[in-house]
Amino acid sequence: MATVTRRRHDRSRRLAAATLAVLGVAVLLVPLFARLDQSQVDLHSASLPPGLAHPFGTDEMGRDVLLRVVYGLRVSMLVGLVAAAVSATVGTLVGLAAGTLGGAADRLLMRIVDAFNSVPHLLFGIFIVALFSPGATAVVVSVGLTHWMTAARIVRSEVLTLRSRPFVDAAISMGSGRGRIVLRHFLPHLGPHIALAAVLMVPHAVWHETALSFLGLGLPAHLASLGNMINDGARSLLAGNWWPSLFPGLFVLLPTLAISSLAQHWRDRSNPRRRSELQL
Amino acid sequence: MEAGRVIRALARMVAWRLVFVVPLLLAVTIGIFALAKASPFDPVRQYLGDRALTTSPEITERIRANWGLDRPLAEQYLTWLGNLLRGELGESRSMHLPVAQVIGDRLGWTLLAVGCALVLMLAGSLAVGALAAWRRGSWLDRAITGTAYANEAAPVFWTGLLVIWLFAVKLRWLPSGGLTDAASTTTSPGDVLRHMVLPVTVLAFSQSSWLVLYVRESLIATLREDFVVGARARGLRERTVILRHALRSALLPFVTLLGARIPELVTGAILVESVFSWPGVASASVQAALSADFPLLAALTLLATLAVVLGSLAADAAYVFVDPRVRVLGVS
Repeated sequence: MATVTRRRHDRSRRLAAATLAVLGVAVLLVPLFARLDQSQVDLHSASLPPGLAHPFGTDEMGRDVLLRVVYGLRVSMLVGLVAAAVSATVGTLVGLAAGTLGGAADRLLMRIVDAFNSVPHLLFGIFIVALFSPGATAVVVSVGLTHWMTAARIVRSEVLTLRSRPFVDAAISMGSGRGRIVLRHFLPHLGPHIALAAVLMVPHAVWHETALSFLGLGLPAHLASLGNMINDGARSLLAGNWWPSLFPGLFVLLPTLAISSLAQHWRDRSNPRRRSELQL
Repeated sequence: MEAGRVIRALARMVAWRLVFVVPLLLAVTIGIFALAKASPFDPVRQYLGDRALTTSPEITERIRANWGLDRPLAEQYLTWLGNLLRGELGESRSMHLPVAQVIGDRLGWTLLAVGCALVLMLAGSLAVGALAAWRRGSWLDRAITGTAYANEAAPVFWTGLLVIWLFAVKLRWLPSGGLTDAASTTTSPGDVLRHMVLPVTVLAFSQSSWLVLYVRESLIATLREDFVVGARARGLRERTVILRHALRSALLPFVTLLGARIPELVTGAILVESVFSWPGVASASVQAALSADFPLLAALTLLATLAVVLGSLAADAAYVFVDPRVRVLGVS
């Protein structure tokens, strides 16, 4: 039983890694070699079902869905990466401040985290986008502002355990100030935690971009982003054309699944107790 | 045990939580106000619309003074907060109705849809999760967990669209959206019911993944415990063991988890209501956002925050009833 389970886990991990690799290569290379133009309108071949010439079919303006999905993934990934970086940075700063300063500052910051957490993310994002003109910046700001809390919590709790470690005492007794301890002792230890939090944030950020764009509150409508494509696809859906909506959604689903499967594998591996439970 | 002690424990907890809730809500109103002030949108210009170009600066200034926009920020905030507390939520600019009326008209539809979805989600997830745990490792279990993971990663508006395509466009079983048929002038229960099936099912399905996985995992862990082994050893029927012994104790923490899921429920409601043009408060927030309708958007954001806070309060309260340890030892 144990080996079977482990083999199955290995297989799903390889599948996840391969999916991410293929998507990554497609996003980076396809725009360089594509013979078709994703934005080219060709009304003669409008709304063609998937076939040999267009594996994912064409949308109601005759644009190739496969190519547009690749471009859309590129845009969504870019927005997602920037937004994840922004929220990880904000979270790290808040978490470091709370963990290092302690006392009243810590309590105040953690109450602010609670306050942010009690407003539903998407609604808060909608609020921000509505008040500032919609576009990539508004999406990045809204995702960044609504998702830093997890990173802040992780960083704070790590700092709290780091504080009691002997090398921190040693640094303090050798005369290091607060700034030096944060930069030289805390940050290097926090690196992997922050990186993992940021990676896990990317699918979430992509999801947010997609949702906001789908609602018409995200990226400009002419831009091929996954959310805009699903939004466009919704119109031809009532005419019975499923492919312009199905494929962009699949390309939100696949990377998210792959990343969360890899993250879960990583978590299982770093926690032997859980691993043994899984294999019982 | 006795009712008095339960009520006392409950009152203590609610009072303790309210101490935190009030500053939290205040902080959220400050945040909303600060964001609105930082926004480049000028409410006066928006109010005037095209007339802004032809209106003389003096009149614009007078409107500004009338609205109190020339006062210090702190004073503006306190005025706004005072109005909110007195229930004067302002006028919705996009729907040309008082905000209170917009919410009053639409809240019921949202509560109806979300309530039905919650019941469906609970019943469905319990059954499916228990089934997966019981047949652990089988193809059925793998299909259930696989679907749950995929569902968790799938955007709900996308699932909604696919469901519309299948059931409304291809099979023509159910309507694709709205509250009633476009032709009908009254809202008859049967018509509403038919329009409710798809949005409620999609919302319930989209929210169910974590619960299915949670029930499964928790039940698997419990099935290994001594008291379950004991129950089996006493020759009790499999159904009794699973339902009466294992499931009951596996479910303890899930009431609190449910309360913590309200934010996701709000998010799901916004997207599902938008996809199915359901006339509730959640889809109103999108319409308000599309026309930068601050009074409505602010009221809806506060309403959602209140729902989140009350949800976690209710979850903690439910815990007092479910877990005798909390009842006896009190809540920390």
